[in-house]
Amino acid sequence: MQTFDLEANGLRGLNEALQAQSQTTNATAWEVVNPRGSHAVAVGLDAPIEVTVKGSTGYYCAGMNKQATIHVEGSAGPGVAENMMSGTVIVEGDASQYAGATGHGGLLVIKGNASSRCGISMKGIDIVVQGNVGHMSAFMAQKGNLVVCGDAGDALGDSIYEARLFVRGSVKSLGADCVEKEMRPEHLEILADLIERSGVDAKPEEFRRYGSARKLYNFDIDNAY
Amino acid sequence: MAKDDKHVPRTMPVYSSTFTPEINAEIRRAAATGIYDIRGGGAKRKVPHFDDLLFLGASVSRYPLEGYRERCDTNVVLGTRYAKKPIKLDIPITIAGMSFGALSAQAKEALGRGASAAGTSTTTGDGGMTPEERGESKTLVYQYLPSRYGMNPDDLRKADAIEVVVGQGAKPGGGGMLLGQKISDRVAAMRDLPKGIDQRSACRHPDWTGPDDLEIKILELREITGWEKPIYVKVGATRPYFDTTLAVKAGADVVVIDGMQGGTAATQDVFIEHVGIPTLACIREAVRALEDLNMHREVQLIVSGGIRSGADVAKALALGADAVSIGTAAMIALGDNDPKWEDEYRKLGTTADAYDDWHEGQDPAGISTQDPELSSRLDPVEAGRRLRNYLKVMTLEAQTLARACGKNHVQHLEPEDLVALTMEAAAMAQVPLAGTSWWPGKPGTQF
Repeated sequence: MQTFDLEANGLRGLNEALQAQSQTTNATAWEVVNPRGSHAVAVGLDAPIEVTVKGSTGYYCAGMNKQATIHVEGSAGPGVAENMMSGTVIVEGDASQYAGATGHGGLLVIKGNASSRCGISMKGIDIVVQGNVGHMSAFMAQKGNLVVCGDAGDALGDSIYEARLFVRGSVKSLGADCVEKEMRPEHLEILADLIERSGVDAKPEEFRRYGSARKLYNFDIDNAY
Repeated sequence: MAKDDKHVPRTMPVYSSTFTPEINAEIRRAAATGIYDIRGGGAKRKVPHFDDLLFLGASVSRYPLEGYRERCDTNVVLGTRYAKKPIKLDIPITIAGMSFGALSAQAKEALGRGASAAGTSTTTGDGGMTPEERGESKTLVYQYLPSRYGMNPDDLRKADAIEVVVGQGAKPGGGGMLLGQKISDRVAAMRDLPKGIDQRSACRHPDWTGPDDLEIKILELREITGWEKPIYVKVGATRPYFDTTLAVKAGADVVVIDGMQGGTAATQDVFIEHVGIPTLACIREAVRALEDLNMHREVQLIVSGGIRSGADVAKALALGADAVSIGTAAMIALGDNDPKWEDEYRKLGTTADAYDDWHEGQDPAGISTQDPELSSRLDPVEAGRRLRNYLKVMTLEAQTLARACGKNHVQHLEPEDLVALTMEAAAMAQVPLAGTSWWPGKPGTQF
């Protein structure tokens, strides 16, 4: 286990050390102590390593992550795992705005609640929130799955493209072009897999599915010429 | 006298200055279709521009440099504030961001070839980085846009600089548009979108709002790329003093300001013509912001929007810019709107030099299209050569003017070298009306 004291050694040193790890590194387990809400902790990683952050982080923790497993033992500030490509990010506490924004792949698990715009513009990432999500979550969501074990706030899935949204609790309101959809066997299968991988105590049958009505996909033109 | 007597003088038909034939045609078009007009390009209305400025040249009190013999340098370094690897360009004219999707792969390759041959940079757009573009671009700026289409850390690291796009001159406050005709299989895959939809990209970034957040976003980008790359912040020209100030405070290495004549691949005509301010109006205010922060030349300023000639380049530099950027002019150099395609422009209901339906994907010149047959018309090698030639001519022109003003580097041009032909231009450029020592708003005057 490599231990890195962020307060003593600074952000540049941390990210430089983590980004330097390769596919075959022996230093596969890292512990970051004294994060104290620092921004951009463990960003741009690209190796199959495990990083445990012992406390809460500021903006963009685990941004653009590839391959790595990053465990935040606290809460995460705005944009946790933004634009993640692959790997796993787990937040023990709550996550602020834009969790998993524009993520292309990988799994983001938030054990507490996520604030507004969770999964905004997501492009293939899987996000599992064990608590509630705030308003405008999955805004312009393109691909991937957002699983909300609690409730969803206003305007869920506004202007959504092809992402799948699964909510166990209530939805305060749906955004433009977002509708409830039939839960087919393939969706239950996706949910079962995500529930298992994220360690959630829930059953797929308890969720409802939401997605795009696809009515905004083309301009409404009365008489095109 | 009978009313229908042919000998009675008649009132001539008079067109309204308010309801012109163009306006009436647009009303009819709107009534027929129920959708606003979408087009490409920048503002077509006449606004104060670089044509309204003149260089004074040499006189008894200033001596010129010999036209072809005396040295007049054109190089520029961008990103000297924080980046470990600033960009070094041979000429102060860069190629603006234009997306693969809006443009064909051949056009993007041609831009890379021409820019590289001329010793300057080119820029990706709202569709990610293509291998063709990276391969042919010696210096490539990677745009970081609200949509984040195709955004990934590998391409980010392959870039030579990163441009955080807050806005653009054609549509400050507006997002992107790419209509279904141009969402081919490859474009759809790069953007993670369904094929054939009318795609609207977001008008603001998904994970930051305001300058304080921007500072943290820039920190993240620097951390991911090892503090190597210059970070540009691009804004549409609206409030140049404040936007420049905030971009600098957020940590930008380079500020890019795009005036309303700057083009777009597609947006509403009403947006293009009615939002933002002219390029001429933003340079001095941006420079004032940099000077107030003691950052002029420390943070570089790139100006774009309607740059067409070496004269425009020289005037922008004289007003305080470090470099300029061209988009529409580069497309024309590649072959866009060429009269040789007139028959086809006519079939599209337009004419050469007026064609702006770039969003429809039917560009006869093969530039703003994803149609395989049309795009194959553009030879990237030949188009790249034309762009290189054009950049060379602009550079030679700018050098000619700089030498005439006695400058051995184009960046030594200064506002004192300029006068204005109109009151508006004098006020915006803050240089004297020709033949006077006064401009509207000059400190210490009553006006």
